Amino acid sequence: MSAPVVIETQTLEVSIGPQHPSTHGVFRMDVVLDGEVVVKLKPVMGYLHRNHEQLAEKMPWIASMPYTDRLDYFCSMSNNWAYALAVEKLAGIQVPERAEYIRVIMAELTRLQNHAAAVGFLLSDCGAWFTPVLYAFRERERILDFFEAVSGSRMMCNYCRFGGVRVDLTEQTLAMARGIVERFPRFLDEFEKLMTENEVLMARTQRVGILPKALAIDASISGPMARASGVEYDIRKVDGYGVYPRFEFQVPVGETGDVYDRYMIRILEMRQAVKILQQALRDIPAGPFQNPAVKLRNFKIPAGDGYGRIESPKGELGFYLVADAAGKNPYRYHVRPPSFINLTILEDMCLGHKVADVVVILGSVDIVLGEVDR
Amino acid sequence: MEAIEKIKEIALQAVPGLRIEIINSTPPAAQPAFLVDREHIVAVARMLKTDPRWQMDFCSCVTAVDYLKEGYIEVVYHLYSVALKHGPVVLKVRAPRDLAQCEVPSLTPVWRGCEFQEREAYDLFGVRFTGHPDLRRILMWDEFRDHPLRKDYVPPADYEWEPTPHGEVLARAKAQGGVIPPSAAAEVKK
Repeated sequence: MSAPVVIETQTLEVSIGPQHPSTHGVFRMDVVLDGEVVVKLKPVMGYLHRNHEQLAEKMPWIASMPYTDRLDYFCSMSNNWAYALAVEKLAGIQVPERAEYIRVIMAELTRLQNHAAAVGFLLSDCGAWFTPVLYAFRERERILDFFEAVSGSRMMCNYCRFGGVRVDLTEQTLAMARGIVERFPRFLDEFEKLMTENEVLMARTQRVGILPKALAIDASISGPMARASGVEYDIRKVDGYGVYPRFEFQVPVGETGDVYDRYMIRILEMRQAVKILQQALRDIPAGPFQNPAVKLRNFKIPAGDGYGRIESPKGELGFYLVADAAGKNPYRYHVRPPSFINLTILEDMCLGHKVADVVVILGSVDIVLGEVDR
Repeated sequence: MEAIEKIKEIALQAVPGLRIEIINSTPPAAQPAFLVDREHIVAVARMLKTDPRWQMDFCSCVTAVDYLKEGYIEVVYHLYSVALKHGPVVLKVRAPRDLAQCEVPSLTPVWRGCEFQEREAYDLFGVRFTGHPDLRRILMWDEFRDHPLRKDYVPPADYEWEPTPHGEVLARAKAQGGVIPPSAAAEVKK
């Protein structure tokens, strides 16, 4: 018997992205591979950086509302709400009840279409090109049609205003929303039949990219990512902003914190969002949809600083605003983007996995580069 | 408000030599903050994280604000507690605006979540976080020389020539004794 042969191997540095379909935008990962196994991974971002924060600091408060649409361009409605909430907190503005209900309806529909797209792309990332996305996008189209009917735009909605919303919901648009909510559970059932026990999905995602609970909290991970790791924290419950305390819903929490849990959490969150929507559409009161005391032009805020946050579909979306003595435009405007911070632990999740799993793990983080790079 | 006073009291007991004061925010927002001195910010952060009464285990938002007239840059941390579901506790640290002295101890060793956000503050404001494991630019490219969110930042007149500084930007780069790229060196000689 001869001694076992030791084969000398070298590590290989590969740059995944920025123009790679699996990176979900212009995002790059500097990966060091030993064979096929990842030994080091450094995310590189900034390709879409446009100094959004400085742009906002140079114009009046209301003028950056349309720019918030471009942060996470999948979820313009909830971005609008987060910014409006932060400004309302800073200026002490009351929001009429009907507007609060409209905002909840819009935010939850946004959650539905964001999660539908996110889980749809997951099997694409595993290599099964486009069938699940097709079903997800079919449903997403209906929601985008509704957004267009209400706000005039499918994705760049520019819908919220300080102290309310821009356009009221009419009987027709409300009926449209009820139709979407009514058929959505059927889509979920169909989709789950396709995905949940899919052998490819299970083989590729279970025990892959595990994020332990303690690390998730320590690294400020928020939203479905944190909840998949067992962190029971939902800002809708904790802060109870808007009219969320009036609705009955549960916060699904995962156990393992792997990619499959992140998929499952999104499915369960969609089911809860449907529940919230049913209650909101049932209870929506009549009344004004905009606080008439808020001036649209020459709007000023007393000096001070404040932080407002909401549970956006991707996690905690916050705005830190500072108003100076003049108060005409923000002295400082900072966005706390959930998908940027959720990338902090990308390396931790990928180490020891094969390079093909990196694509799946990145897909499960659900990033949008408009928000990461700002 | 009582809780805020209590945190201050306990912090003063736990960390000897600490200078801490409460900055009250204006009424509508009403988010009081602690202004902590640079030498003791890490100790205060650890105290807030480990003390069973507060358990501020979630550092949500890190950013900086450039107060040009007052002459300092303020780094702001928003802390929440996932375990006890309360917050925010706001920590503020101030550093002089001068690039050579603009230094703040990093809180990344306390909360991993600060890693990218402190890199962003370094990139856009020029705040050097001492003790940060990997302090590089994150949004701007590595060759970029300035910190664009500072209030005295002058954007180049012609973006096509970026990152070549010229005009006002060049004059300032020279005054600061910064490295001038070879492409701009010809202009300096003139």
